Amino acid sequence: MQVTYRDKVWTFDETLTVSQLLRRIKVLPESVLVIRNGTLVTEDQQLSSGDEIRIVAVISGG
Amino acid sequence: MRCRICGAPAVINMRQHKLSLCAEHYPPWLIRQTARAIHKYRMFTAEERVLVAVSGGKDSLTLWDVLLKLGYQVDGMYIDLGIDGGFGYSAQSKAKASAFEAAHPGTRLLVVDIVATYGESVLDVAARVQKELRPCAICGLIKRHEMNRMALEGGYSVLATGHNLDDEAASLFGNVLHWQVGYLRRQGPVLPADAEGFARKVKPFCRLYERETAAYALLEGIDYIYEECPFATGATSIQHKETLTQMEHKTPGTKMHFYVNFLRAREEGLLSNVEDDPPALRSCERCGQPTTSERLCRFCRLWARA
Repeated sequence: MQVTYRDKVWTFDETLTVSQLLRRIKVLPESVLVIRNGTLVTEDQQLSSGDEIRIVAVISGG
Repeated sequence: MRCRICGAPAVINMRQHKLSLCAEHYPPWLIRQTARAIHKYRMFTAEERVLVAVSGGKDSLTLWDVLLKLGYQVDGMYIDLGIDGGFGYSAQSKAKASAFEAAHPGTRLLVVDIVATYGESVLDVAARVQKELRPCAICGLIKRHEMNRMALEGGYSVLATGHNLDDEAASLFGNVLHWQVGYLRRQGPVLPADAEGFARKVKPFCRLYERETAAYALLEGIDYIYEECPFATGATSIQHKETLTQMEHKTPGTKMHFYVNFLRAREEGLLSNVEDDPPALRSCERCGQPTTSERLCRFCRLWARA
């Protein structure tokens, strides 16, 4: 699966849950939303090798 | 996880509420929460005209959308600060606000172009009047003045901003760290128009997490600017948010309890022995807005130096 977050891109071959993915890239689930193939998903969702994952940061400045 | 209401796959899990909801039931939940906050804190009524300060980001555009869906008389205002940051920050954010207006007949976007109106961008003014590299203090001063001016000139009794719970908790955290008692006295969901020349300022999202407003924007297809203001990088407010988010991760609900319990404690008398002797206000000789200064307000002094 290909994962994009801010200006970074990762590729993972194994199956992971959203929680496992976020731990792997050291991102707190409270600071992001995860979109799999265009759909918002929760932390328990299983991600597959062909998935396109976009992680959206939600903590803004100001 | 499944939606608590219908059992469909959930799109968001809010651990602080022990609540998961699906794409169909989440947006109405956020709209109801906003309506409850407006009512609970007596922010405004259906008869009042509301001006939403719009930055092009998720919170302000979501607030505009939610207030329209709740049936309020609401327009937006955008302040073009003339910030580029290498990617056309102001131009992009203005385009998002304009696109929202175009997609929602019956509401309108008021635009203030700082360069066209006052002859200098925020960055130029900041470079001229201060030594600090970060223009945020000057930018905040300009935005507060212009938001108030536009609300009063347009006949809006209320100015609404998209400040969310994360913003409020981070602000409270900073005020407590430095024991800014004056700020603690005033921080809250409503800043009354307690002097002539001030519009009432309200924060209908003060009990919603930033993650919740972002989820609403994504689900409702609100096209907002993802990029931060280039000057927000490293801002103290973001550091405070990150600290609180780490605490929230360990103990869900930390931010909510911190903020809501502060409001409750203040209501019950915390800070009541702090003297509240507001300084006398006069009208600025140039713009007419309230000021503690003898002649010109801080905003007008910025341009008077040009």
